[in-house]
Amino acid sequence: MRLAGFYLFAALVALLPVLFPDNYFVIVIGASAGLHVILAVGLNLLMGYAGQISLGHAAFFGMGAYASAILTTRFGWPSLLALAAGLVATGAIAWLLARPILRLRGHYLAMATLGFGIIVHVIMVQATRWTGGPDGLAGIPPLNLFGWSVEGDLQWYGVIMAAMLLALWLALNLVDSQAGRALRAVHGSEFAAQMMGVDTGRAKTQVFVVSALFAAFAGSLFAHQQAFVSPDSFNLTISVELVTMVVLGGMASTFGAACGAIALTLLQQGLVVFEDYEMLIHGALLMAVMIFLPQGLFVGLSQGARRLWAVFRFTRVR
Amino acid sequence: MFEQLFQFLVTGITVGSLYALVGLGFALIYNASDVVNFAQGEFVMLGAMIAIALLDAGMPLLLAASAATLLTIVAGLLLERFAIEPAKGASVVTTIIITIGAGIFLRGVALLLWGKDFHSLPPFSGDTPIQLGGATVLPQSLWVLGITVLLVALVRAFFNRTLLGKALLACSFNRVAAQAVGINVRVMLRLAYGLSAGLGALAGILIAPITFSSYEAGIMLGLKGFSAAIIGGIGNPMGAVAGGLLLGVLESLGAGLISSGYKDAIAFLFVLMVLFFKPTGLFGHQLVERV
Repeated sequence: MRLAGFYLFAALVALLPVLFPDNYFVIVIGASAGLHVILAVGLNLLMGYAGQISLGHAAFFGMGAYASAILTTRFGWPSLLALAAGLVATGAIAWLLARPILRLRGHYLAMATLGFGIIVHVIMVQATRWTGGPDGLAGIPPLNLFGWSVEGDLQWYGVIMAAMLLALWLALNLVDSQAGRALRAVHGSEFAAQMMGVDTGRAKTQVFVVSALFAAFAGSLFAHQQAFVSPDSFNLTISVELVTMVVLGGMASTFGAACGAIALTLLQQGLVVFEDYEMLIHGALLMAVMIFLPQGLFVGLSQGARRLWAVFRFTRVR
Repeated sequence: MFEQLFQFLVTGITVGSLYALVGLGFALIYNASDVVNFAQGEFVMLGAMIAIALLDAGMPLLLAASAATLLTIVAGLLLERFAIEPAKGASVVTTIIITIGAGIFLRGVALLLWGKDFHSLPPFSGDTPIQLGGATVLPQSLWVLGITVLLVALVRAFFNRTLLGKALLACSFNRVAAQAVGINVRVMLRLAYGLSAGLGALAGILIAPITFSSYEAGIMLGLKGFSAAIIGGIGNPMGAVAGGLLLGVLESLGAGLISSGYKDAIAFLFVLMVLFFKPTGLFGHQLVERV
């Protein structure tokens, strides 16, 4: 029963291409939204549950993508092995970074993660011999899953949705595990959590690494799906967008983050029509949601609905 | 070799002066409201772009610069009134995202008004380089340095000598106590935002003849200013000035001696090191952490 929402979501994802066959919007935008969901759900573990902000999450997304891109194109590695290597490398870097960076709080943590993201982006642009520089790397071979080569929009929709559901399932279970409860305790009050015997340093390190792994995983898929990577896909703007997704949907709610990711993806598609107004609307929306619904759209609206329902019931009983 | 180093130093101090002004603005707002304003760089961009637009419209430079500073101050006040004040008491993460949103919004406004093109101001007094002990100095660099020194001295005098400045300082120490002795904290908050926006705008106008300005120009400047504030110890105005100069020189030396492409990476690596090993800043006082 705990995962009822998950099964509903999975059924919906599977039904969409049946209900709208050969629909570019559903298949292509859906796949893009799916990748965003993986990223947002991962970042939400860190931001929403553990209460640690990261303004450099695009760096981990990029590391996964570049690991897959470089290992498959320059060294001819099979794609699954490259994906695994990307996960290991990103996880190791996140683990090394976690202790010193997560000792910082609030604005300091924001600045440190932001600086880390910028450093990684500069390396992507400058280390031309490896990364192809600002022009990026093209000709990434298709993802090969034990002999099945993923090609075409519909196949990619399937693969990304499966990956997204896996990520959602993992996140939902993680949050309700002992480690997840420890994390929420850290969010409430790190000091109190320590007093209750939670190794807060360890809890924060773990969630930072897990969150980075989610991003690297999405990055590898992204690299193969696009067959091309360039630094522009992993800059500060993308990091800010990922944070926007998490807070838009609602922090500390896995489905909230997922909804935020889907909403922002759709919004960006919709705003393309407005061209020059896109940035203006994006900024205004971010401010408005944070001022009026600081728990996010999904959480804020569902709480509002619950309150309305309570009022309605009260009047009926009377 | 020595001449080259001197040249890097001059370039570094010029850029560092701007970081210092932006960092000073950060420190002012942080002191008054505990908010790190991620839209600070957009004040710099607005100052430069408005001044350029007014100059193009036929205004003399001094008038255009003054009007641009005033308009940016208005933008700062509006930001305080419509984005910061309604979110009073929100968490750190929430205020960070609000100011990021404000930054994106202001960039969006600039994009609508001036498009994606690069613009620049003519130098205040010609562009014949001055030879100074083997280094070439642009006259504009001297303007940047001179006005920065003047502004920093004015801000110092404001805090040390005037009642208004002392009232603002009192708010940063303890807002409740300041309120209790009859200081209007809300007015002080607006004063901090206005002052900070004005400093940013002036920084933008000063640098506009040296670097090109566009709707996106504020992002990096804002982040470097924030870095300056952190290096100096967040909330320490004069520390931010020193931090800005240090960051500028370091960046210029890094660009000259190591690689210009890695300039930003070097700057942020330094900030990370400061955060890891001395998070209270190089020139900061020890902060007592509140649980």
